[in-house]
Amino acid sequence: MRITQGTFSFLPDLTDTQIKAQVQYCLEQGWAVSVEYTDDPHPRNNYWEMWGLPMFDLKDAAGVFGEINACRATFPNQYVRVNAFDSTRGWETVRLSFLVQRPAKEDGFRLDRTEGPGRTQRYAMRHRAQFEAR
Amino acid sequence: MLDATLSAPSAALPARDADGTLDLGALFTESEVPEFLADLEADLIGLKPVKRRIREIAAHLVIGRARESLGLNAGAPTLHMAFTGNPGTGKTTVALKMAQILHRLGYVRRGHLVSVTRDDLVGQYIGHTAPKTKEILKKAMGGVLFIDEAYYLYRPENERDYGQEAIEILLQVMENQRDDLVVILAGYKDRMDRFFESNPGFRSRIAHHIDFPDYEDDELVAIAKTMAEAADYRFSAEAEQALADYVTARRAQPNFANARSIRNAFDRMRLRQSLRLFDQGGLTDRDALETLTEGDVRASRVFSGGIDAPQPGPVV
Repeated sequence: MRITQGTFSFLPDLTDTQIKAQVQYCLEQGWAVSVEYTDDPHPRNNYWEMWGLPMFDLKDAAGVFGEINACRATFPNQYVRVNAFDSTRGWETVRLSFLVQRPAKEDGFRLDRTEGPGRTQRYAMRHRAQFEAR
Repeated sequence: MLDATLSAPSAALPARDADGTLDLGALFTESEVPEFLADLEADLIGLKPVKRRIREIAAHLVIGRARESLGLNAGAPTLHMAFTGNPGTGKTTVALKMAQILHRLGYVRRGHLVSVTRDDLVGQYIGHTAPKTKEILKKAMGGVLFIDEAYYLYRPENERDYGQEAIEILLQVMENQRDDLVVILAGYKDRMDRFFESNPGFRSRIAHHIDFPDYEDDELVAIAKTMAEAADYRFSAEAEQALADYVTARRAQPNFANARSIRNAFDRMRLRQSLRLFDQGGLTDRDALETLTEGDVRASRVFSGGIDAPQPGPVV
């Protein structure tokens, strides 16, 4: 199951050149770019692991790209995304966020069915990698 | 298409004749290089070896384009540099300019300069140095990393000094990411020589060792006049003569630091001029406000035996 999320989720995966161009755009807007990774790409999972601190005061995408590659090399089988944070007053939020790596084999989600009070059925989606690791 | 935003700004490739010959003269005038070299000549006084090296780099760029258009390999040369010279010979000034120069010539993508010293690269405890150095390198990507007084990175008297770690990371990036940044090391000649002796890796990775010569007397006078002009001052004819005498006298005295001494002297002359006008009171005009007179120059201690001479007046 091919998971899509963030900006450009409707596009095919970006090439390295395209990633660099996007990062360069972010830097030119003055946004702080950061790299994050996770083994749990559930859409409600806001807490991806940080690959180092967000990078401030960079001028060129080469610096960020080095970190992206380092993260990919360390976690070849996890999801890696790039975030760009805009600190302008009034925005103060992530302006751009996109995937730059997905595992070769994506496990997808399994549906968990549990019984709640009064025999109500409750459903939860859980990423298979998470489930099978336990 | 997307590549266009990433590649260095470069002029259009020159037209190629049917027989595969190129007119280098035309190629040279077509590029921005001649205009740029003229600017450089006007901006920097003296410094012949520096200008010569920049000229070489500029020429190489033009030739590189010519080679590219004929399908020859045109890999960018290594541009890491070491600036050595006495105090005040313009190392830092030229480094600041070099970032713009290399950007205009299309060697670096962004053309900003990150100026650092040992403190910015070397950490205080184990494991602190590598992230610190890498952070600086990331900031310098696409531009120029200027390491002032680079010899402080290496402290032979302490074998556990973290400077060595910073040096190793630097060397690695200088070797592997030559397209991404240019590193300039600067420092006084003798200490830099010792630094390179103990770090042969550095010497071999730096292609350009540029030695900044001391300025001639007339060059220093010209520098003083340029500084004055930039600050909207000018020297009267007599003051200019006094200035020439000042330079000659100052050079013979200790702690002479070329252009830096001249800048300090100029700052003191401005103070003297202000005081003179202030004491004189009454009406003044534009001319008086912008002119430095002979008296402002000659009042310097340099003419009365130098900085070491006893000062008149009570010692408080």
